[in-house]
Amino acid sequence: MENFTPLSALIGGTFIGLGALLLMAALGRIAGISGIASQAIFQKQDRSWKLAFVAGLLLGPLLVALVISDFSFSTPELGPRTLIAGLLVGLGTAWGSGCTSGHGVCGIGRFSPRSITATLIFMAAGVLVASLF
Amino acid sequence: MQIMIAFIAGLLMSIGIAVSMMIDPAKVLGFLNLSGNWDPSLALVMAAALAVYSVGFRLVRGRSAPLMAEKFQLPNASKIDKPILIGAAVFGLGWGLVGYCPGPALAALSSGSFATLSFVLAMVVGWYLARKWPLPH
Repeated sequence: MENFTPLSALIGGTFIGLGALLLMAALGRIAGISGIASQAIFQKQDRSWKLAFVAGLLLGPLLVALVISDFSFSTPELGPRTLIAGLLVGLGTAWGSGCTSGHGVCGIGRFSPRSITATLIFMAAGVLVASLF
Repeated sequence: MQIMIAFIAGLLMSIGIAVSMMIDPAKVLGFLNLSGNWDPSLALVMAAALAVYSVGFRLVRGRSAPLMAEKFQLPNASKIDKPILIGAAVFGLGWGLVGYCPGPALAALSSGSFATLSFVLAMVVGWYLARKWPLPH
């Protein structure tokens, strides 16, 4: 467990919770990233705030890099595995109406049985694939 | 004002994704891969986010309306149907293959990585296809 980073995990998680809470408190909306981003692309309705939310998502890491000078992270390899993964994540989050933020944080946070079920399933599938392949 | 708040909400969430290092797919795979050197960090990210959101949600829901909109818009669906079961499983398969879910993948675009961009484009194609072919209930 030498890769365990409890402090940054707790601080980061707090920021995620606060951002999601702000969207609910101010706009009355669930902060589901897959839903908001896909609707920003494919739906005209309420597009402006959804685009603004996505813009915030894109800029966050640049802000972190300004504050933490040695901030860096790895990225996957270009290839069929990454493309297939992206396609599956897109299909799955659209069919399943949510991802780690919408179901995992907002849904479980309001004790939705549907979101709790979805989270258990995508966690189990993720663990299975990551452990075997 | 709604636009400004939505921007800040997205910014806060992606700062959290970056600070917790969930932006790094290797870090996420360290949690999902139980066969190797297991890294429990993601569980604490979820725990902290849930602690803040669940308590905050209770307080917020006590109000009659959100601060800057007419009403709260919560999902109507409550049935655990075929689309959510299959969708969640398909999402999990993709998540475990590379270690990206939608938030971290979008946040990581700032790295300029072509692989990240290719993942996001494939994800957008997936969103499009699922809209075109919704699963029967």
